[in-house]
Amino acid sequence: MSAPTTPSPKAPRWALWLPLILFVGFFALVIRGLLVPAGSDVASKFVGQPLPEFDLPAGADGKPGLARRDMLGGRPRLLNVFASWCIPCAVEAPQLAQLAAMGIELDGVAVRDRKPELAVFLARNGNPFTRIGADDLSKVQLAIGSSGVPETFVIDAKGVIRYQHIGDITPEDIPLILSKLEEAAR
Amino acid sequence: MRRLLFIIACLFLALPALGPALADDSMPAAPYAYRQLDDPQLETRAQDLMQTIRCLTCQSQSIADSDASLAGDLRSQIRERIAAGEDPEAIRKWLVARYGDYISYAPRVTRLTWPLFAAPLLFLALAALLLRRRFTAGGQ
Repeated sequence: MSAPTTPSPKAPRWALWLPLILFVGFFALVIRGLLVPAGSDVASKFVGQPLPEFDLPAGADGKPGLARRDMLGGRPRLLNVFASWCIPCAVEAPQLAQLAAMGIELDGVAVRDRKPELAVFLARNGNPFTRIGADDLSKVQLAIGSSGVPETFVIDAKGVIRYQHIGDITPEDIPLILSKLEEAAR
Repeated sequence: MRRLLFIIACLFLALPALGPALADDSMPAAPYAYRQLDDPQLETRAQDLMQTIRCLTCQSQSIADSDASLAGDLRSQIRERIAAGEDPEAIRKWLVARYGDYISYAPRVTRLTWPLFAAPLLFLALAALLLRRRFTAGGQ
């Protein structure tokens, strides 16, 4: 950075390559951005926080609604945010049934769902839930930092959210869910 | 050649079908999702906030722009809470506590983001320094 009229013989030789190196670095960054898909999951920042107060009416006949007080005490349990209109929710149904068969208590929050449609969904895919709350205005979903369906939360005995699973639970995810439940029991 | 083009065209036509299977609910929109508050002053406060809250379903839109049902539910909740007297920035804080800074389009200066705010000032100072040298020593 000397005066423009005088040539700069003092600049080191490698400086000549600097623009090219910078360009290659930039190019690599762009290619990476194009090839590696950006994750669109929004993780809840509410993991580690106690469940907020809520009291939802029953979403299905024959099962009680869901309130915060129902989720306290006993062993850690799962809170499944789902909906009958959500296709991955049907995909994860066998895994939820498997978890329920292991004796894990599973409560459901049905987001923006109608009773008849939910009844059809439960008849077709099974009903592993102890309680199902109808979250017609996504209020509970928003209050726990869930950004879509399905999502599954591990809740410990004190009502604290310990883990959030985004997306459907695949058969491969079951050991992970079990280990998170075990962690929450300690 | 024509067969190849035909196959390629078929592949492109089939592409949308290979995407994620999305579904939508059949519930009516939340009470204040598409209805403004009666008090224009409160509605302005709600709008200002809604323009700067990210839609979690369509992540490049604000909830004011999005027709996703979750965005509608959040708009309704924001309008109701502002009508009840809650401060818009308190609602933003409530949302950031649940979804992180990602949900807000109004950037904050934090330990992580301060270089973004400092860098332009730094470059401006650097440019001023270089120009000064050019106009004093090199100008003759």
